[in-house]
Amino acid sequence: MYAFDIERPSTIADAVAALQGEDAQALGGGQTLIPTLKQRLAAPSKLVSLSGIGEMQGVCVGDDGAVCIGGATTHATVSREAAAHYPGLAALASHIGDPAVRNRGTIGGSLANNDPAACYPAAALASGATIVTNNREIAADDYFQGMFSTALDEGEVITEVRFPVPQAANYQKFLQPASRFALVGVFVAKYADGVRVAVTGASENGVFRWAEAEAALSANFAASALDGLTVDADGMIGDLHGSGTYRAHLVGVNTKRAVEAAS
Amino acid sequence: MASVSMTVNGREVSGDVEGRMLLSSFLRDDLRLTGTHVGCDTSQCGACVVHVNGEAVKACTMFAVEADGAEVATIEGEANADGSLSVIQQAFQDHHGLQCGFCTSGMVMSAAALLKENPKPSETEVREYLEGNICRCTGYHNIVKAIMAASGQDVAAIAAE
Amino acid sequence: MPKDSGIGASPKRREDLRFLTGAGKYTDDINIHGQTYVHFLRADVAHATINSIDTSAAATMPGVVHIFTGADFEAVGGIPCGWQITDRFGEPMQEPRHPVIAHGTIRHVGEIVAAVVGESLEQARDAAEAIVLDLTEKPAVVDMKAAAADGSTKVHDDLTSNICYDWGFVEENRDAVDQAIKDAAHVTTLELVNNRLVANPMEPRVAVGEYSRSDDMHTLHTTSQNPHVIRLLMGAFVLGIPEHKLRVVAPDVGGGFGTKIFHYAEEAFCTFAAKAVNRPVKWTSTRSEAFMSDAHGRDHVTKIELAMDADNNFTAVRTETYANMGAYLSTFASSVPTWLHGTLMAGNYKTPLIYVNVKAMFTNTVPVDAYRGAGRPEATFQLERVIDKAARERGVDPIALRRQNFVTEFPYATPVAVEYDTGDYEATMAKLEEIADIGGFATRRAESEAKGKLRGLGVNCYIEACGIAPSNLVGQLGARAGLYDAATVRVNATGSISVMVGAHSHGQGHETSFPQVISEMIGIPEDQIDIVHGDTSKIPFGMGTYGSRSLAVCGSAMVRAAEKVINKAKKIAAHLLEASDADIELKDGQFSVAGTDKSVAWGDVTLAAYVPHNYPLEDIEPGLEETAFYDPANFTYPAGAYACEVEVDPDTGKVTIERFSAADDFGNVINPMIVSGQVHGGIAQGVGQALLENCAYDEDGQLISASYMDYAMPRADDLPFYTVDHSCQTPCTHNPLGVKGCGEAGAIGSPPSVVNAVVDALQSGGKNVTHIDMPLTPSRVWDAMNNA
Ligand SMILES: Cc1cc2nc3c(=O)[nH]c(=O)nc-3n(C[C@H](O)[C@H](O)[C@H](O)COP(=O)(O)OP(=O)(O)OC[C@H]3O[C@@H](n4cnc5c(N)ncnc54)[C@H](O)[C@@H]3O)c2cc1C
Ligand code: FES
Ligand code: FES
Repeated sequence: MYAFDIERPSTIADAVAALQGEDAQALGGGQTLIPTLKQRLAAPSKLVSLSGIGEMQGVCVGDDGAVCIGGATTHATVSREAAAHYPGLAALASHIGDPAVRNRGTIGGSLANNDPAACYPAAALASGATIVTNNREIAADDYFQGMFSTALDEGEVITEVRFPVPQAANYQKFLQPASRFALVGVFVAKYADGVRVAVTGASENGVFRWAEAEAALSANFAASALDGLTVDADGMIGDLHGSGTYRAHLVGVNTKRAVEAAS
Repeated sequence: MASVSMTVNGREVSGDVEGRMLLSSFLRDDLRLTGTHVGCDTSQCGACVVHVNGEAVKACTMFAVEADGAEVATIEGEANADGSLSVIQQAFQDHHGLQCGFCTSGMVMSAAALLKENPKPSETEVREYLEGNICRCTGYHNIVKAIMAASGQDVAAIAAE
Repeated sequence: MPKDSGIGASPKRREDLRFLTGAGKYTDDINIHGQTYVHFLRADVAHATINSIDTSAAATMPGVVHIFTGADFEAVGGIPCGWQITDRFGEPMQEPRHPVIAHGTIRHVGEIVAAVVGESLEQARDAAEAIVLDLTEKPAVVDMKAAAADGSTKVHDDLTSNICYDWGFVEENRDAVDQAIKDAAHVTTLELVNNRLVANPMEPRVAVGEYSRSDDMHTLHTTSQNPHVIRLLMGAFVLGIPEHKLRVVAPDVGGGFGTKIFHYAEEAFCTFAAKAVNRPVKWTSTRSEAFMSDAHGRDHVTKIELAMDADNNFTAVRTETYANMGAYLSTFASSVPTWLHGTLMAGNYKTPLIYVNVKAMFTNTVPVDAYRGAGRPEATFQLERVIDKAARERGVDPIALRRQNFVTEFPYATPVAVEYDTGDYEATMAKLEEIADIGGFATRRAESEAKGKLRGLGVNCYIEACGIAPSNLVGQLGARAGLYDAATVRVNATGSISVMVGAHSHGQGHETSFPQVISEMIGIPEDQIDIVHGDTSKIPFGMGTYGSRSLAVCGSAMVRAAEKVINKAKKIAAHLLEASDADIELKDGQFSVAGTDKSVAWGDVTLAAYVPHNYPLEDIEPGLEETAFYDPANFTYPAGAYACEVEVDPDTGKVTIERFSAADDFGNVINPMIVSGQVHGGIAQGVGQALLENCAYDEDGQLISASYMDYAMPRADDLPFYTVDHSCQTPCTHNPLGVKGCGEAGAIGSPPSVVNAVVDALQSGGKNVTHIDMPLTPSRVWDAMNNA
């Protein structure tokens, strides 16, 4: 790693101020950033740790019934504390990485990083979540902008994520055998006004909504409603672990399974 | 350089560290607690698992300054006060849950965290909990068996030796 | 009653106490006052000419002690290969120079281009980034068949081609085999890949070099399975350090699996540099470096043909294999696809005619060498796969087809130059049928089908040649070292014993099992006996641990040394008891005169040896310490039968291992608990090879699976509990313990049964799939199903 200083502010305001400096970078749980730093693929001069900021911690339920998760809340905390309010989301959190990763890794870090194979982006997009930062609120539909790319500006901090709670939801993660990230993950969420389906792991453009499936499931929330529907293998990731065709196929399988598990 | 102080295995320790110093390096190089091992640089093998404030974390994926003020427990502190092996350590020995010993510290620390959360895990639960702990020697058979035995379950029925 | 000590007992492992409390001492735990750190600048291209290396800016950076490049190593030797193969035309293999640091040419991603020794690792790494390389890239040679073609780019310009050797075995049988295949009633042909693997012991390699000016002594602390081999190769061939001035220490080592046998450039570098900078020099591999610098394993591409007569008796086997050597010849690389592979092509079967052709290829990839099983898994895999395919083609039961062709009489001389001393393949197969409950498979398949899953059963046999090896034989075959081992039994005055052994324990539990043998022989408690290993300044010259040889070879040396000790002690006892040596018996730590109640305790005899007041000084020397070297008369031949049951998810191609059973014949077993553990670990590695692990390069020679993000290691939830049995025991006839070795069996015996099981599952689902290359990842299985 290159040398850097670490600051540990205790308020969002202090963190935002600390991030104004040149080459300053937020440090969430470090579960992505630290391995990146070890490879010397990033060279911040300062890391601003968010883990000591109380106002960014924990799970609560807002007045509108949405589940609000502090941006520095760990996956382990979400899996425990969201279970009663949004079980599908809690279940997703409880299958990210391994227990030690879940004890450090945070929702803000995951969404800020927007790894094309990460889990939370699927939940956020399928839930129509709102990404709250230190200076604005961003709808999930506007937030994800392709692999490792988001609507966040330099120095902007995800302080909270608000998830409207669906009537039924399920996340199906098919593991990439080595990394255990999602080779293909599908989050299906059924709301009163329709069904949303978000797919991670599969596309070269990162997480996306599968519109045809959403339409079919909104009309009939049953796995059979998906019969005959496929996603186009063009634009799907093809690598050592599976071709684009295979990934496209898994999108269909996982979506069906998610619907079956949710209904 | 920043100064840090923490409790490691019940003992107050402090030191001056660079921002980039990992908790694993602080334990191994500064405190000479070399029981915590480093087996990878991508946060996947779990040889480095320790407890910070009672939770299992990968010491290779946390900065030492982030443990400032924390309670850290490592393999060196796992034995009973009189030096005898803890229940989990003893079960690993009784059931041959280790061979080269390199993954063992992390395995034991993960097992301790699991049993605290889930005192009687099923085989599947043990295997899933160990997702982040890679062992190349044992094929996991005896590790899973040892952890189930440490939780007080009868493992006599588990397939052969 | 199971025994609680001695041979056949399973005492708890004593080494566990230090490992379980964090008190183990691995090489990276060694820090020497004044130590420096080396960071290796490694090639990020596979093939290039080095026009220049400019270290001037780097050399002035903070903390830099010295920067080395290939030019600094011009005067020292290359890393040697320990085995010379003679090709089928009688010519020696092509053997390129293997420099410590690349000089002039880069030949694989990860090759060392420069080494920065610094006050801290990060400073060394900072400086390495300031080194300016001027390279001209060349096309990379990656595909083995393309590498063999005329006109291919050459990995080594000074060699005539990329073919290291073209080996035929047994060359004289070639025509007869061709004829038998022509005449056969049926020939089954299979083309397959034995996938390239990375050994991945959990402890990455580490080397710490030290030099003492006052006595001109070099010390290397290293993660090695065989410190004397390293001392020999590095001292004699690379650095020219006389052996008495070179000490090699391998303390606790966190797994080896073959990849820590070899002498590596980093070891030579740290030893050399410690003298050059006159400070200790430490290198700790990161896992990322390990992927591109530890020797890889396997990587064969094979075509095998099995000929049968009308009654399904095997009449001939012919194989053609391309074996990847990588860019340079690692220590044992050349022997793996030849003598450790061709000699095993008879398997458990009495096929009368066999011809094996192996073309060893240089490519722009990391050197490939022995990985758990080394050559024998490759032999077993192709044979057991082709037999399964043949059974399907002939419509016969695969177990019955194997049984029909078993070798049943021993000793059995195979047509591939080895003689199996003993075995009982029918017994292990019968045991397997019992422990795997093969009779219950149909019911289990029906249950799986009811859940929408396909279930398959795969069975295979294996044989391995281990207990490596008779020195005169391997010498004829090209080995450049003897393969005996050695032990010194040092009895202390009070009767406790230290045994210094040439074998090295890095997970095998020698510290526990070796004392069981001595305890059994002498009758004193195991805790009175300690094993010393891993330090050339303390142990006799032994060849270390690999090839399932520790107990069979080093253990035999220990038995011989202990016998010498006992004979001498009997003489002392005879003197003390005023009897004749011939009448002295040793039992339970007591010497007694046969037929009398006169006895003297072990401790009294050992005390007399060191305080020789009442002692036959005119006949024997004081003291009680003996060394023995043991050179095996033959290989040992563990064998067994394995069964795997899988479920395949037809929607996704995902394979899960539902049951895995192993019936092994290891001859006599010293510690059943440890033996089972070895089998478990081997099975996990074999299943890993079959389902998960794949070391892949792209066409530019870039390593694609360069970390655990892409190289799938078997995890706890990929595997079930295994059923293992080693109650079938045909003791080895030629070593004193009757032991055969168990370290590699699991890795050798398991991949074919996994693949056989998956093919069986797919066929049961109506898919005409006859083969899938390993690893059988979900995507490959799904592709196979959908292309069938
Ligand atoms: C072994 C292993 C397995 C894993 N498996 C999975 C998996 O299965 N699924 C999955 O989804 N993920 C997985 N992950 C990734 C894990 O979930 C990470 O925790 C997560 O992606 C990043 O979160 P973090 O809090 O650790 O962020 P960090 O690593 O600290 O930061 C990541 C990036 O986000 C930025 N950042 C962090 N917090 C914020 C914030 N609040 N606001 C703005 N920017 C911020 C940082 O500056 C950095 O650029 C795995 C990681 C490991 C090591
Ligand atoms: S060292 Fe591998 S996860 Fe920490
Ligand atoms: S005991 Fe060697 S890696 Fe687990």
